[in-house]
Amino acid sequence: MAKHHITATVNGDDVEFLCETEETLLDVLRDTLHLTGSKEGCGSGDCGACSVTLDGRLVCSCLVLGCEIGGRRIETIESMAKGDTLHPLQQKFLEHAALQCGICTPGFLVASKALLERKAAPTETEVRYWLAGNLCRCTGYDKIVSAVLDAAAEMRKG
Amino acid sequence: MSAMIAEHDLSGYVGTRTIRPDGVDKVTGRARFGADFNLPGQLIGRVLRSPHPHARIISIDTSQAEALPGVKAVVTRDDFGDQPSEFIPAGEMMMNYRDVVRNVMAREKALYEGHPVAAVAATSAAIARRALKLIEVQYEVLPHVIDVVEAMRPEAPLLHEDLYTAGVEPKPDKASNIAKRVEITLGDIDAGFKKADVIVEREFKTQPVHQGYIEPHAALASVSEDGSAELWCTTQGHFIVRAHCARLLGMDIARLRVTASEIGGGFGGKTVVYLEPLALALSRKAKRPVKMVMTREEVFKSSGPTSGAVVQVKLGATKDGRFTAAFAELKYQAGAFQGSPVQPGVMCAYAPYDIENVKVIGYDVVSNRPKVAAYRAPGAPISEFAVESVVDELAKKLNIDPIDLRMQNAAHEGTKAAYGPKFGPIGMEETLNAIKKTEHWNAPLRKWQGRGVASGFWFNIGGETCASLTVNEDGTVSLMAGTPDIGGLRASLAMVAADELGIPYDKVRPIIGDTGSLGFTFLTGGSRSAFSGSMAVVEAAKQIKTELCARAAKLWDTKPDQVEFEAGHVRHKDDAAAKFKPMSIADFAKMAGKTGGPIGGYGRINAQGAGPSLGTHLVDLEVDPETGRVTILRYTAAQDAGRAIHPSYVEGQYQGGAAQGIGWALNEEYVYGADGKLQNAGFLDYRMPVASDLPMIDTIVVEVPNPRHPYGVRGVGETPIVPPLAAVANAMESATGIRFTELPMSPPKVLKALKERGLNKV
Amino acid sequence: MRYEAPESLEGAVALLARATGDTRVLAGGTDLLVQMRSDIVDPELIVDIKKIAETRAITEEKGGWRIGAAVTGAELKEHPRLKQVWPGVVEAANLIGSTQIQGRATMGGNLCNGSPAADSVPALIAAGAIATVAGPQGRRDIPVEDVMIGPRRLSLRKGEFVVSFFLPPRPKGSGDAYLRFIPRTEMDIAVVGAGVSVTLGAAGVIAAARVSLGAVAEKVLLVPEAAQAIIGSRLDQPAQERLAVAARAACRPIDDKRGTTEFRIEVTGVLTRRAALIALDRARTN
Repeated sequence: MAKHHITATVNGDDVEFLCETEETLLDVLRDTLHLTGSKEGCGSGDCGACSVTLDGRLVCSCLVLGCEIGGRRIETIESMAKGDTLHPLQQKFLEHAALQCGICTPGFLVASKALLERKAAPTETEVRYWLAGNLCRCTGYDKIVSAVLDAAAEMRKG
Repeated sequence: MSAMIAEHDLSGYVGTRTIRPDGVDKVTGRARFGADFNLPGQLIGRVLRSPHPHARIISIDTSQAEALPGVKAVVTRDDFGDQPSEFIPAGEMMMNYRDVVRNVMAREKALYEGHPVAAVAATSAAIARRALKLIEVQYEVLPHVIDVVEAMRPEAPLLHEDLYTAGVEPKPDKASNIAKRVEITLGDIDAGFKKADVIVEREFKTQPVHQGYIEPHAALASVSEDGSAELWCTTQGHFIVRAHCARLLGMDIARLRVTASEIGGGFGGKTVVYLEPLALALSRKAKRPVKMVMTREEVFKSSGPTSGAVVQVKLGATKDGRFTAAFAELKYQAGAFQGSPVQPGVMCAYAPYDIENVKVIGYDVVSNRPKVAAYRAPGAPISEFAVESVVDELAKKLNIDPIDLRMQNAAHEGTKAAYGPKFGPIGMEETLNAIKKTEHWNAPLRKWQGRGVASGFWFNIGGETCASLTVNEDGTVSLMAGTPDIGGLRASLAMVAADELGIPYDKVRPIIGDTGSLGFTFLTGGSRSAFSGSMAVVEAAKQIKTELCARAAKLWDTKPDQVEFEAGHVRHKDDAAAKFKPMSIADFAKMAGKTGGPIGGYGRINAQGAGPSLGTHLVDLEVDPETGRVTILRYTAAQDAGRAIHPSYVEGQYQGGAAQGIGWALNEEYVYGADGKLQNAGFLDYRMPVASDLPMIDTIVVEVPNPRHPYGVRGVGETPIVPPLAAVANAMESATGIRFTELPMSPPKVLKALKERGLNKV
Repeated sequence: MRYEAPESLEGAVALLARATGDTRVLAGGTDLLVQMRSDIVDPELIVDIKKIAETRAITEEKGGWRIGAAVTGAELKEHPRLKQVWPGVVEAANLIGSTQIQGRATMGGNLCNGSPAADSVPALIAAGAIATVAGPQGRRDIPVEDVMIGPRRLSLRKGEFVVSFFLPPRPKGSGDAYLRFIPRTEMDIAVVGAGVSVTLGAAGVIAAARVSLGAVAEKVLLVPEAAQAIIGSRLDQPAQERLAVAARAACRPIDDKRGTTEFRIEVTGVLTRRAALIALDRARTN
C-alpha cells in the first residue's frame, strides 16, 4: 500500500514526509526527520522518554501514528532552547544536577514545560504526579523535582 | 602568593558544584546515545530468539529468510567459531568465552526464553521482522527449572552435561546445576555460637530484578572489506566490548575500533556483549553497516537481571550486644551459564562488622533464565539484606538501639575482614553517627508508620585506566578518558585536571576516547571511574608539570630542581631578583613547538588502593493495613565518599541507589509462569518507582579520606543500593510487628501477613 | 495496513461495513498502538474516528451530558463544569496511565478495548451512562454495563462503534467516586476498581445508588446487591459492612501477576466502602 504523504509543523518548521501506516510519530521524528532528541525507552507509553507536545498537549510520541499528525503542530526537545538561551528548566536541570545519564532528560524537560505552561506554582506533589509517566532510573527523582520547582519560581519572577 | 599570579581564581574546583561540560547537549537533545547513530546504507538487524526456556536445537533452516528480497545477511551458531573453556579474569569476576559465545548465539541448546538463535540484517526493520518469521528452527523441548532451590536438586533438569560443581572435595562424578561452592572462614563459629547469649536464625528469599536502565541496548557495526571494523555502541566498557568481539570474531584487537556512545544507564547491565558481536558478524557478511537496537521486551527477556536467591543467616551475640559468631549460606541463581555474584555476596555479607568468628558459604547455580549480569554492587544487596534484617531482629531481642548495636560491632581501621584484607580507614561508625544525629532519627511516628535503619558495604575496585591531557596551542587543555561517563564523570575529571594544572575549569574540555585513542581501560563499574580516572589524570598532569619545569629550566638556563610548578605557573624557586617572570601553561603553549614539541601527559595506570564505601540508610514508611500498600514517607542516606569531587553527583548516586533499592524491596520482581516464560517483560508490570512513589531523599556525604588516593576519593556508585532493602524491611517490622523475609514486600504478601494476624484494620 | 480518517459518521460506518479483514477503530491509540507493537493485533484497516465532530464534543443535553467517545481524559479534566457534576467519572478517566496517556486516551477506547481492568468503565457504569453506538443498521443506545461481555469481547455487532456517552441528569444531593488499587501510586493497571454513585433523599438517607467493580471478573460488573446494601441507609458502619460483603461476594477475580484472588476479594470490600464514603461526602456538599 502506498505511503501516506503528510505535511505538518515540527518545532515551528513546515515539514513534509512519507510514512507507512504502522510508523509512529517517534519513528518519523527519529528516522525520517533525524530529530533524535526524543528517545525510545519502551515503545509502549510506559516510560515517557519519547514525550513531545501535539498541538500543545503532552503525549507519548510512540503512541501516535505518523499519519495522524497531518496539519498538526509538534514540539520536541529540540525547540526548547531559543538560540543560545536555554529555557529556565534546562538551566535549572544543569544547576541542580537533575540528570546523570541523561536519557530520560528530554522527556522530563518536555513534560515539565507542559506542566509549567498550565500551572505556574505547582506543589511538590503536583510535580511528582504530573511527571509520574516519566521514568528515571538514575536520580531517584529528587533533583529533578527540585529543578522543576526552582525553574517554576524563576519563571514566576518574570 | 606572589602578586603576579592573580589572573584567575585558584581556589580548588574539587568539592564544588560545577556545571557538567556534557550537560548542554544532554538538555537539548543533541547528545547521541546508542540508537542515535546512523550510517548511509545501513541495514537493520533483528534477532530470532528461543520461545522455549530449555530446548535442544536440532536444526536451523535459514534458506527462506535468505531468499527474501531485502535480506542481506543471516547468521547462526555456524557463523561463530567455538571457544575453548578457559576462565579469564575480567575485573571483579572471572569469565569464560565458551559461555560468552553461547550466550551471544545459542549452540547446542536454547537455555532461556529469549536466547538468540539467529540474526538477520535487512534493508528495513519490517523486512528483517518478516525474515525472522521465515527461519525454521527445530527444537526438542526439554523440561526447565528456574527456582534456585529447585535447580539444586539432584533430579532437576540439567542445563550443562559437562558442568561439575567446583569447590567441593572429592570432585563430583555427576554433572549438576551447581557450578561452584565458595566459602570464607574466620575463627571458629561453633565456639563462637557457644559464647552467644542470643542467636537469631532466619531464611530469606529474593527474586530476580533487572537493572532497569531506560535506554535499550544498541549497536552499529561497520566492517570493511579488509576485515577491519568500527563499532558504536552503548556500553559501560568499550575496551571490554572490543576484547570480546575481537575474540568472538577472530579479529586482531587493533583492527576493531569501538566508540562508546553516551549511555542511558547501565548499573552493571551493560558490561557484557549481546548485540555487538551479532552486528559485526552480520556486517561482515553483508559488507554494509548494520544497526541493531533491542526492544524493551528483549531487554527484559534477553539481557541479564541479577540473581534470585535464598539466604540463610545465623547470628549470635552476647546479651550486651557483642557479635560472637556469624554464619550465612547463600544460594544464587546464575542464569543459563555460571557466574552469579555469589562470591561478592559472600564477601560483603558481614563486612561492615568486626566479628571474630565468621563462616559464609555460597552456591552458584545455573537455571533456565537469562544469564545474570552485574547489578550495582553485585551480590551484596541480597546477602546484606539478610544480615541487616537479622541484626535488626537481634537489636530488638537484646533491647539495644539498632544503631548502637551496629556501632558496637562496627568494622574500623585495622579490622580483619572475613574475606581477607585488613581495612584501612573506613566510615562505618561515621555514617552510623551521621544518621543518629539527624532530626529524622528522632521525628515522631504515627500508628502504622515505621522506621528502619540498615548499613551497607561495597569494596570498590581500581584497575587499568588511561587518561590523556593535551595542552593546545591556546593553552586550553583537551582531556581524554577511557571509561564511559555514566553520570557526571567528565565534570569530575575536568575539575581534577583544572586543579592539578591551576587553570580555569572551562578551559578543560573532556571527552571519552575511543579504543583507538587510548590504552586498555577497564569498564565503568566497581565504582571506579572517578577514583581511577582521577588518579590517571593526576598522573598525566604530573607528567605535564615535570615537562614544563624542564622546559623552563632550559629557558632560564638553570637546573630543574630550581624550578617548581605552583598555582598554574612555573616559577623559579629562588628568584630574589625577580629576573624570571612565572610562566603559565598558556605561555608555554604558545611556544610549544619551539621548546620541544606539543605538550601533553598520558596517565596509564593500574589503580590500586580503592577503599570500601560504607553507608547507613534510614527510612520511614506507612502501611495501609486494609490493603497492604506501602508509602515511603521519608528517606535519609548517609555514605562515606572519602572525598567528594562533585558533591551533586555524589548525592545523586546515593539517591539513585536508594530508589533502586526501594523498588527491589517493595515491587520489582521477575514473574515467571509455569511454562518458564516471563510474564512481565515491560515497564507496565515490572514496577520500578515513579516520581510520585518517592519523597525527597536526603543525603549526608561523609568524608573519611582514602589515604591511597591523591584526593582521598572513594568510589560511591554501588554502596547506595545495599542498605535500602533491609532498611525498608526493618521499617516494615517497625510499622506492623511482622518480619518480612521475602522480597518484594508487595501488597498481596503484606496484606496476607496482616490478615493472618488479624491486623488488617486501620 | 491502511489508515483512513473519515470526517463524517456515515463515512466511518461505510468503511467499517465494507471492511473484510481485521479492522480496528482508532481513537486515542493508547491501547491499539501497544497491541500492534507487540504483534497482538495486525489490522488491515485502521479507521480513525477523531475527525468526526460528534466524537469529540462535550455538550449538555436534556439536563444531562453527552461526551464524545474520542474526548480525551485531559479534555474531560479541563472542562469547567463536568468535574463538578461527575467528579468520579472525570477522575477515573484521569487515572488511566500517565499525563501523557491522558493526553490521548478516551473513554470510548477504554471501554471498547474490552479490558475488565479499564479505569473509566466502573465510573461510567456507576453513573448509569448510556453508550450511543452507530453501525450499518443505524444508531442504538446500550447501557455501558452491557457493552463489555468478556475480556476483549463486546456486544457490538460487526461494523458498530461507540460514538458518544450520555450521562443522565444529576439530581441534587448526588455524588460519585472511583477508587482503584495499584501497588505504586501511578502507572499501573487497576488490580481492583470500584465506582460508586449515590443520590441522597430526605434526611440524608441514600435514596439511590449504583456500584460497579472493575478488574475482579471477566468484565466490569454492575452490582445491584451492593447498591441495595446501602439504599435506605446513611452509610453507617453496619451499612458499610453490608456493602463490603456484597461487593466481595460479587467478584470472581483471577490470580495473575498483578494480584492474587484472595487479595482482590479482600481489597474489593475495602475500596468499595472507601469509594462509597467519598461519594456520600460529595453528595452531601452538592
